[in-house]
Amino acid sequence: MKPVYSERRDHIASRQPVTVSRYRGLTRLNHWVTALSLILLALSGLALFHPLLYPLSALFGGGATVRWLHPVIGVVLFFSFLILFLQLWRLNLPRREDRVWLSHLGDVVSNHEERLPELGKYNAGQKLVFWAMAGLIVVLIVTGVMIWEEQLPLWAAQAPSLASIPARRIAVAIHALAAVAMILVFILHVYAAFWTRGTLRAMTRGTVTGGWAWRHHRKWLRELAGRQSRGPAE
Amino acid sequence: MTTASEPTTAIANPPVEALESNLLPSDVVRISATRSPPQPDRQLTKVAKLIDVSKCIGCKACQSACIEWNDTHPELEANVGLYENPHDLTPEMYTLMRFTEYENPEGDFEWLIRKDGCMHCEDPGCLKACPAPGAIVQYSNGIVDFISENCIGCGYCVTGCPFNVPRIHKTAHVAKKCTLCSDRVAVGQGPACAKACPTQAIVFGTKEEMTAHAEERIADLKSRGYENAGLYDPPGVGGTHVMYVLHHADQPALYAGLPEDPKIAPVVEGWKGPAKTVGLAAIGLAAVGAALHGLFGRANVVEPSDETAAEKLVKSGTSGPGEGA
Repeated sequence: MKPVYSERRDHIASRQPVTVSRYRGLTRLNHWVTALSLILLALSGLALFHPLLYPLSALFGGGATVRWLHPVIGVVLFFSFLILFLQLWRLNLPRREDRVWLSHLGDVVSNHEERLPELGKYNAGQKLVFWAMAGLIVVLIVTGVMIWEEQLPLWAAQAPSLASIPARRIAVAIHALAAVAMILVFILHVYAAFWTRGTLRAMTRGTVTGGWAWRHHRKWLRELAGRQSRGPAE
Repeated sequence: MTTASEPTTAIANPPVEALESNLLPSDVVRISATRSPPQPDRQLTKVAKLIDVSKCIGCKACQSACIEWNDTHPELEANVGLYENPHDLTPEMYTLMRFTEYENPEGDFEWLIRKDGCMHCEDPGCLKACPAPGAIVQYSNGIVDFISENCIGCGYCVTGCPFNVPRIHKTAHVAKKCTLCSDRVAVGQGPACAKACPTQAIVFGTKEEMTAHAEERIADLKSRGYENAGLYDPPGVGGTHVMYVLHHADQPALYAGLPEDPKIAPVVEGWKGPAKTVGLAAIGLAAVGAALHGLFGRANVVEPSDETAAEKLVKSGTSGPGEGA
């Protein structure tokens, strides 16, 4: 039977006390490579975004280093996120309960989780962060390549209209706006991971407590509990 | 050492003795990526280069003089049947004669030759777009100069320029363009191109004198039937410190696509104006807000009852009620 609310590899890791395996090592490594790239990109990008933040370029060895390093890290992030995306997209597809969850956003913020529907592996907020990141990364990589001065000769002859100066003007502005949006989504993502206590260990140790799973992702836990009871024969 | 006087012409020969520069760091009035512009204690006389297209014979002496003075090494290119050589402005070729064959409404052929290069805008788009502090400066005499040691080679100036002038050097990784020979002007000399021009199609002096000289030239051209002759000093960029006398000033685009009404693109203004400020404010507020609420707000904590419920669920081994929804 194909799991609806969980990945096949998610499982009850221990029963007394209950811990649940949420992310395997490879996924966590993948996540942290993406996270580190994003942080480096934000710092180096902000240095070129606002004169007040230009001193951030010193972290990388100066503006000229930022000029070549930023796009290289951008490519790393793109592929790192792509691999992450392929692992996570299925359970991030919208479901009926997401609309209910979103309409109860007040209860989410005020901690009235009992008024919310039971959820699978991700809530609507996590899904929105996921799709926002995915969309923004596509926008950023496309506009980023368009304004990557050093690599223009690679593709300018094939798509001269995209390499034109008016096109690059628009690209650089969109790149900046998308980057601001990306940083805002990133702040939300980090904040939510801290605010919802017990979440961080999912990306460090890979497991969460049974209580965490029960409280926030009950359908996910139910599916895993049901699966383990049927035993290894299945 | 005496200080060099401000040049009022490109024709005069240089004095023999060594002179102190008259173009000082304190004469800078605009600096890229710097919040508070400097307050110079003196105002230099505004200068301008005037290019009279009607007097140009296309000899390219200006290009040669530019190459020689700036010690650049433009690549040797193949002849593809055009007079332009090289085929475009490059990081090693700061000025370029552009040749246009134009058949006017009377059916006569006109050969239009325009010396392309940096226009030294009073409101420079390159400077506005530049993210590197001090990489682009403007002196109070109007000269816009690229300071290579501060340049990071990002190419933002390319998107900022309304005239498609700056070029990024492929090995030095810095932006390059005409300096209006700021190093010559600093010691009382006019630009090399103007000095070399055999017909004085290129002249140099104060902006006021050059505008007055242009008026004479325009009157002359009008008397000879070029009724649309005029001065190209586009107000959209606050005027320029390189100006053209055009016989068809009503159609600047005839001259190898000289922009009709150049101005800094609105998208560049938006990016470097509101987007920059609002974006940084949004990020700052979100970060501070999240940090404060994270520290002092009530967190969402898993309760012991949650753990008990989970244990019960796992022990019972069934998926319990609610499954299959």
